[in-house]
Amino acid sequence: MKLKMTLTVAASLLATTALAQDKTVTIASWGGSFQEAQSKALFEPASEATGVEVKQETYGGMADVRLQVSTGAVTFDIVASGSGSAARAGAEGLLEPLDYDVIDVSNFYPNLYSEYCVGGDVFSTVYAWNTDTYGEDGPQSWADFWDVEKFPGSRAYRNSVAGALEPALMADGVPPEEVYEVLSSEEGIDRAIDKIRELRPHIAVFWSSGAQQAQLMKDGEVDMTTGWNGRFDNAAKDGGHVMYSFNQALLDYDCFAVPKGAPNKDVAMEFLGEISKPEYQDDLPKYITYGPTNKAAYDTGEITAEVAAGLPSSPDNAAMQLPISLEWYAEWEIVAAEKYAEMLTE
Amino acid sequence: MADTPLTDSGIRRDGRARAMAERPNEAGLRRDGMLERLRLYGLSSPAILLILVILVLPVGWLFYVSFIGADGSFSLENYERMIKSKSYTRIFMTTFQVSFLTTGLCILIGYPLAYFISQLPPRLANLCLITVLLPFWTSLLVRTYAWLVLLQKTGLINTWAISLGLWDEPLKLVHNMTGTLIGMVHIMLPFLILPVYGAMRAIDRDFMKAAANLGATPKRAFWTVFFPLTTPGLFAGSLMVFILCLGFFVTPAVLGGGKVIMVSMKIVSNIELFVNWGAASALGVVLLVLTVAILWIASRFLRLEQIAGGGH
Repeated sequence: MKLKMTLTVAASLLATTALAQDKTVTIASWGGSFQEAQSKALFEPASEATGVEVKQETYGGMADVRLQVSTGAVTFDIVASGSGSAARAGAEGLLEPLDYDVIDVSNFYPNLYSEYCVGGDVFSTVYAWNTDTYGEDGPQSWADFWDVEKFPGSRAYRNSVAGALEPALMADGVPPEEVYEVLSSEEGIDRAIDKIRELRPHIAVFWSSGAQQAQLMKDGEVDMTTGWNGRFDNAAKDGGHVMYSFNQALLDYDCFAVPKGAPNKDVAMEFLGEISKPEYQDDLPKYITYGPTNKAAYDTGEITAEVAAGLPSSPDNAAMQLPISLEWYAEWEIVAAEKYAEMLTE
Repeated sequence: MADTPLTDSGIRRDGRARAMAERPNEAGLRRDGMLERLRLYGLSSPAILLILVILVLPVGWLFYVSFIGADGSFSLENYERMIKSKSYTRIFMTTFQVSFLTTGLCILIGYPLAYFISQLPPRLANLCLITVLLPFWTSLLVRTYAWLVLLQKTGLINTWAISLGLWDEPLKLVHNMTGTLIGMVHIMLPFLILPVYGAMRAIDRDFMKAAANLGATPKRAFWTVFFPLTTPGLFAGSLMVFILCLGFFVTPAVLGGGKVIMVSMKIVSNIELFVNWGAASALGVVLLVLTVAILWIASRFLRLEQIAGGGH
C-alpha cells in the first residue's frame, strides 16, 4: 500500500514535469483503514478513468485547513471531513462552495450534500447492546435506551454534543421529524439535556472515540451504548457480544470539501463529480462497512442484498433513521456544546 | 533615617573603605570578580536565549492570543465565557481537587517508602530506587491503559477479588475519580519519592543517635529531629507532583470515563469546537496564573531556593 502510494506520487511527479498541463489534485484524509478504503474504491479507479493524478496526504481535520487558509498557504485541493465540522468550516468561510453543475447529486439522498460539502459515505449513530445482558431482543427505540426498568444496566453516552441531543428528544416522545424543530431554541436544547440528566446516574462512561465504544462493548464494561455502526460490526467480528439497531438511529455522513483558495479548485470539482458516481461508490462497502451516499450505487448490482441490508444508507435502513441536520449544527452547536459541558461537569 | 550615618550599610561602607586602605589590591580583586561575573553571564547567555525563545516568547504569544476573539479582533470574550459558564469553574475545581488528592496520596504512600529505602544498606537501597524508577521507562499511555485493563468491571482485580470472595459485585474502580487517582498516583509517585529520599540520605545518622542519647524515644526523635530535616525534600516533591498534576491529560481522559474533566481536556475540546486558539489559550493563561499564584503563596511559607535543592 505504502509502496504503491509512493510509486503513484513518484509517477505523478514525473508526469507533471513531462506534461505541465496535466491535472493533479491533492486529497487529505484521516489515514488508516478509512483512507485505504477511500483510496481503493474511489481515488485510484477515478484517477485511472480521468487521468487526474491524485496525491494523497493525511491530516488532522479542519484545524489544519483553518491554518492553511489563514496563512494563505493552501496545499490541499480536497479534504475528507465529518459533515458537522465541514458545515461549521463552511460557515466560517474556510471552504469553497461546491459546483453542483459539475458534481451530479441528482441521485443522492437529500441532506447528504450541502453548499460546501458532498457526502462520500454514510454511517449511523446507533444504540448498541450487550447480547449477554439483554439477548437478541435488546432496546428497539431511544425510549427503550432510557428505560432503566425494562433494561436495567449501565450505559455509555457521548462526551460531546454531536449526535447526543437528538436521541434524548426522541426518548422524550418527540417524533423524529420534529426533533430539529424542537432543538432550534434554547428551551428545546435544555429539554434534551434535562432528559440526559435524568439518565445520567446510569451512564457509567462518557465515551470520546469510536475505538472506545467498541472496547466498552467488547469488554462488557457497559451494557448499552451509543456509537457508530461500523465500530460495532468490527467489535462483533472480533468476538464481542454486541448488536445494534437502525431504528431511530441518526443518519450521518463523511464528506469531501474544497478548502478556500485550493490550488487546483476546478480539477477538484471535476474529481469530486467523478468519485460521487455510483460506479465508484458501489465499491466502498467492500473495504469498509459504510454505505454509499449515491442511491444509484445500490442499482449497479455490485452491492449484494445481503451487504445492503447491513449498510446504514440502504433504502430500508435509511427509512427508519433521522438524517443529521447540518444547518442545525452550524447554527446551534456552540450554544448546545456549552450547555452540554455544564451537564457533564455537574 | 537617611541623615544618620549609623545605618547598617553606612557601617559596612565605612568598613569597606577601611579595608581598602589596608589592602591595596582590593581594586584588582574587584575587577577580577566583575570579569568573572561577566564571563558567567556570557556562558549562560545561550541558555538565557533558549529560555527566551522557547518559553518567554510562546507564553507571551499565548497571552496575546487569549485576547483575540472569534472574529479576529481584540476582545475579552474568551474570559467572559469562562465567568458566565459554570462548567469552567467546576473544571478548575476538579483540576485542583484531583491535583491536591494525588499529591496527598503520594505523600502518604511515598514518604514511608522513601524512609524505608533510606534505612536500607546502600546496595539494596539502589536496587529499590531502580524499581521506583522502572515505571518511568514505560510510556505513560501504556501504564494508563494497563490500569484500565486491571480496574474495569471484568478486569483482573474485580475477577480475582470476586473469585476469592472478597466482594460479590464488581466494584466501580475505573471510569470515575477512583480510577483517575489510582492512575495518577502511580505515575506521580517517583516524583515525590526521589527528592524525599535525597533529603533523608543527607541527614547525618549521628543526629538520631544524639537525640536518643539525650533521652528521646524513637518516635520523639523522628518527629523533632528527622522529619523537620526532610521537609525541604517533601515540599519540593509535593510541589512538583502538584504542578505536574495540574496539566494532566491522558490519565484522567482514559480513566475518568468522561466524568473527571480537567483543564487540559477542556483545552482540547475547545480547540475542536471553536476551531479558535483564543478560547483554548485563555484557559491556558488562567491555569498558568493560578499555578504561579500557588507557587507564590507556597514561597511565602518556605524559601523557594530551599525547595529547588539549594542552600542548606
